[in-house]
Amino acid sequence: MTSLLPLALGFAMSCVGLGILFCTLRLLIGPSAQDRVLALDTLWMCCMLLCLLLGMRFGSMVYFEVALLIALLGFASTVALAKFLMRGEIIE
Amino acid sequence: MHEQAWEQLPLWISLPVSLLLVLGGCIALIGCLGLLRLPHFYQRIHGPAITITLGAGCILIASMLLFSALETRPVVHELLITLFVLLTAPMVSMLVMRAAVYRDLRKRRARPGTKDGEDEVYPVTQTQSRGDR
Amino acid sequence: MKRLLPSPLLSLVLLFTWLLMNQSLEVAHLLLGTLLAIIAPLLARPLQPHGYARIRRPLALLRLLAHASVEVLRSCFNVSRIILFARPEGLNSQFIRIPLDMRSPHGLALLAGIINLTPGTVWVEVLPDSHELALHVFDLHDAQWWIDTIKGQYEVPLMEIFEG
Repeated sequence: MTSLLPLALGFAMSCVGLGILFCTLRLLIGPSAQDRVLALDTLWMCCMLLCLLLGMRFGSMVYFEVALLIALLGFASTVALAKFLMRGEIIE
Repeated sequence: MHEQAWEQLPLWISLPVSLLLVLGGCIALIGCLGLLRLPHFYQRIHGPAITITLGAGCILIASMLLFSALETRPVVHELLITLFVLLTAPMVSMLVMRAAVYRDLRKRRARPGTKDGEDEVYPVTQTQSRGDR
Repeated sequence: MKRLLPSPLLSLVLLFTWLLMNQSLEVAHLLLGTLLAIIAPLLARPLQPHGYARIRRPLALLRLLAHASVEVLRSCFNVSRIILFARPEGLNSQFIRIPLDMRSPHGLALLAGIINLTPGTVWVEVLPDSHELALHVFDLHDAQWWIDTIKGQYEVPLMEIFEG
């Protein structure tokens, strides 16, 4: 059972990496602004998950702080962008 | 260095961790796939919700289990991220949804020749038949 | 006591968060965390126009949260199945309206959190005139079922918990 955990970690990392690719595609092709904001939010979330997985891969606790910071910044930036989408175009 | 520590992990801890990792990775991927392949914005907004709840939850639980086994003490500070994500994800999706609804309503009012649509809550059918891709 | 600790539960959660962040149970961290847990709610009090929530029935709240998490898991698998296997053209995504009786802002906030966390439903807003909840459903089969579910399983317990 020595190789089970590295295999599962690699699988999860490639899944999350593919997810990041999908989000980036949606960010690039997203027809409306709200699509792009949603894709960016999901991108933040996937990056946080990838950080956690890297922390497990390298057995280091530092990645946890990175993941926490990514979660905080992602929330703040998405709220700001959504507020801008709602109010930003009122002054036309 | 920790590869040796991995090999000493008992099966009853490495098996659930692996299962949780595989499940979490699959769920996160499915959420992003939904974001990419669903045709309308109002459908796409439901995709990331499963990434956030179940995908993140599985990977965080796996991380907690693995670090607790490696350090031989309970490591639960991943609960912070779980708590934070669970508290903020609803707010984010509600704000994005409201922004999208207001933008669609405003766009519909700006278009000449359509009625204001006060009797209807939201441009349900109009938005989707218009092909707001 | 009431003036010093306007919300004991919030203070406990803050102390718990501080200890988790520092990952220790030393006396210094305990003292600092207690100080923070007393001062922060007092300073944040003016930011809350409705005041801190008073939970009348903690047991009912726990039961509601357990029920909601089971529901979240179930709808997670439903939504994944739809994304993977269903044809997107066949999906019936709709806005529906649900009449609400609950007036408590804290109850409404918790209801919004639960509904948005459940994959497949997104809260849009509470219509100010009719006090109806506008909800977007990913794959709608039966609008009446949604109205009954949300009113019966979430709104009634929430009204018990917050309005008592």
